[in-house]
Amino acid sequence: MNNRSQNTAPPLLKVDGLAVDYATSAISLRAINDVSFELRAGEAVALVGESGSGKTTTAMAIAGLLSPNARVVGGEVRYRGRPLPIDDDALMRPHRWSETSVIFQGAMNALNPVHRIVNQIAEPCILHGMSRGEALARATELLALVGIPADRCSAYPHQLSGGMRQRVMIAMALACRPSIVIGDEPTTALDVINQAQVLKLLVDLRTRFNLALILITHDLSVVAESCDRVMIMYSGRIVEDGTVAEIFAEPKHPYTRLLIDSIPTPGEGKRMLRPIPGDPPTLVKRPSGCAFHPRCPSAMEICTTEAPHLKQFGKGRVACHLHDSLPAADKVSANA
Amino acid sequence: MPDNAELLRLENLQVRFPMQSSAIDSILGRPKRVVRAVDGIDLNIARGEIVALVGESGSGKTTVGRIITKLVQPTGGRLLFDGTDMTMAHGVSGLRPYRHRVQMIFQDAYQALNPRHTVFDAVAEPLRSLGLVENHDQLTERVSESLSAAGLKPPEEFFARFPHELSGGQRQRVVVAGALGVRPELIVADEPVSMLDVSIRAQLLQALIDLREKYSLALLFITHDLPLAWLIADRIAVMYLGKVVEMGSADDITLKASHPYTLALRDATPKLHNEAGRGGVQALQGEVPSAARVPSGCRFHPRCPLAFERCRVEEPPAIAVGPQHTSACWLAK
Repeated sequence: MNNRSQNTAPPLLKVDGLAVDYATSAISLRAINDVSFELRAGEAVALVGESGSGKTTTAMAIAGLLSPNARVVGGEVRYRGRPLPIDDDALMRPHRWSETSVIFQGAMNALNPVHRIVNQIAEPCILHGMSRGEALARATELLALVGIPADRCSAYPHQLSGGMRQRVMIAMALACRPSIVIGDEPTTALDVINQAQVLKLLVDLRTRFNLALILITHDLSVVAESCDRVMIMYSGRIVEDGTVAEIFAEPKHPYTRLLIDSIPTPGEGKRMLRPIPGDPPTLVKRPSGCAFHPRCPSAMEICTTEAPHLKQFGKGRVACHLHDSLPAADKVSANA
Repeated sequence: MPDNAELLRLENLQVRFPMQSSAIDSILGRPKRVVRAVDGIDLNIARGEIVALVGESGSGKTTVGRIITKLVQPTGGRLLFDGTDMTMAHGVSGLRPYRHRVQMIFQDAYQALNPRHTVFDAVAEPLRSLGLVENHDQLTERVSESLSAAGLKPPEEFFARFPHELSGGQRQRVVVAGALGVRPELIVADEPVSMLDVSIRAQLLQALIDLREKYSLALLFITHDLPLAWLIADRIAVMYLGKVVEMGSADDITLKASHPYTLALRDATPKLHNEAGRGGVQALQGEVPSAARVPSGCRFHPRCPLAFERCRVEEPPAIAVGPQHTSACWLAK
C-alpha cells in the first residue's frame, strides 16, 4: 500500500458536485447532493454511511447503474479527464465492466441461479469482444485467482457457500480488467471468518492489479484494514473525508466520532453501550440546516438553520459548523 | 442481573437430519449419511441472564435457538425449562404455556412482520392467540406498554402504522415489542441487530438490556460478532460445527480465550486501529466442513493451526481452564 507514486498524476475519477433525484409519482426526492471527490489509480476509498445516506446512489451513479426513476440533476463524473455519460444507459455500456465494475451485495440475488458460474463470468468477456473459448479460459483463470478450486468452476450458485459466491462476484467484477472496482457492501452478508477472507482477497487483488477500490459499507470497522481513505456520508452529503489513520485517531465530525465510539472493543474501557440518539433522517423529512443536528450532541443555533459546507480542514475535509468557529490552521470562518 | 435460579438447561442435546442417499449408495449398501446439525450441547441459562451463542455460519447456533423455541424437534438429549422436561412437548396445546414463557426474535424484521398488519396488530397478535387479555382496553394497554419498553415512544403514534412506514430500526423494535407483549421469561434473539445500521444497533441492545433489568428477562443472544457478544452478554458460548468448544464469562472468552477457534474468531474481527504487521495467529483458512462429514477427533483439527496427532483421533472433552470457563481443546490448561 506504499507505492503512492501516482499521487501527482491526474485523478482517475473525478466526481464534481454530483446530485441525484429519485422521482416518485408525486414528488422528486434528492438522494445525494453536491458530492465531490477524486479517486487516484490504485487508491482504496471507503464510502461509509447508514441506510439512506446516499452511499449506494453515489456508487451506482459512478457506475452508470442508477435505477430508471433516478435522475442526475447536477454535477458530472469524469474518468481520466473525460466526462462519463452516466445517465445514458446505451452510451455507458462500453465503459461498464472494462473501466468501472461493481461487486454487488447479496451474491445469491446477483448471480443467475440456472447458469454455471464459469459461464456467468465468461458472459461480460464475450460482450466485450472475446471469443467463447477465450472467455471460458479467462473465466477459469479468474475463478482460480479468487481461490475457487478448478473442480467447482462448473457449479451452480446454490451449490456454493455464501463466501464462495461472494468470491464469484469478485471474479466477475475483474473479468474485463477494470481500473475501478466498486464493492457494494461485499462482506455484509458474511460471517466474520468469511468476511476476513474476502477482505484479504480484495486487498491482495487491489495491490496486484493496482485497482482503485470504492468500498461501500455501513461498518466502519471493516474499513481500517482495507482502505486508505474514508468518506463519511450522512443524509446525501459527504460530511467528512480523510485518511483512515486521521479519521480513526481524530474524527472531526461529531457523527464520525459517535460512529467510532459505537464500535465495541473488548478489553478497552467498560462494557457500555453508546447509542447515537434518534433515527436517521428519511429523504422525505430531512431536517433543516445541518441534517445531523437533531442527533448531534454539539449542535448549536446555527446548525438548525444553515447547512455547513464541506471544507478543507487539515489534510481532509469536513462539513461541520464546529470547525468553522475553531481556529483551524489554514481556514478562517467562512460563514459565521 | 442473574439471580442464579436456573431457567433453561440443555443436556447433551442433539439434532440429526438423515440425508437422502443416492441410488449408488443404496446399491452399494452404504450406510445412510446423517447431518449432525447439533451434536451434543450442554448449556444452561439462569433467570435474568444474558448468554451469547457465537459461531460462524454453519456452526449450528441458529438450530440451537430453534430447538429452544420448539421450532425444531431434538433427536437426542434433554431440554429442561424451569425444571420441566420439554424435550418431547409438542402440539398446540402442549406448547401453549411454553410459548407464553419463551419467545423468539428473528433476524430479519422485514420478513418477520406481515406487511398488511399494522404495528398494533403485530404486537397484539400473540396476546390474542395466547388468550392473555380479556378485553380491548387491556389489549391496548399491553400493546402500549410493550411498544414503550421496546423504545417506540409515544406508542400511540405507531399503532396505525404499517411496516413499510417504519425505518429498519423501528421495525426490529416492533418485532421485539411483539415478543415482549406476552411477558416471556426467556427470549431467543437470532442476530437481532445484524441487519441494522451501526448507529441504531446500540439503541436496540440498550432496550434489551433494560428489559432484563426491569423484568429479569433471560436472553439467548445468537451472533457471529464476538465484540457485540462481549458488549451485551454475561457469558459467551462459542460453537463450532454443532458443539460448544469454549464457554466462559464475556471477559474470559474475549480477553483470555483458550480455544484456537475462539482465537481465530477474535483475530478475524476487523480492528479499528490498523496495526501494521499485526497477526501472529494465521487467518483461518477454508470454511466450516459439512455437518454430514464431521471430522474425526477434534472437529476443528483440519483448520486448527495447532493441531497435533491426538487431535485427529480423540475428541477433547470440555476442560476447565478457570472458574466457569471451559475449553474443549487438548492444549487447554
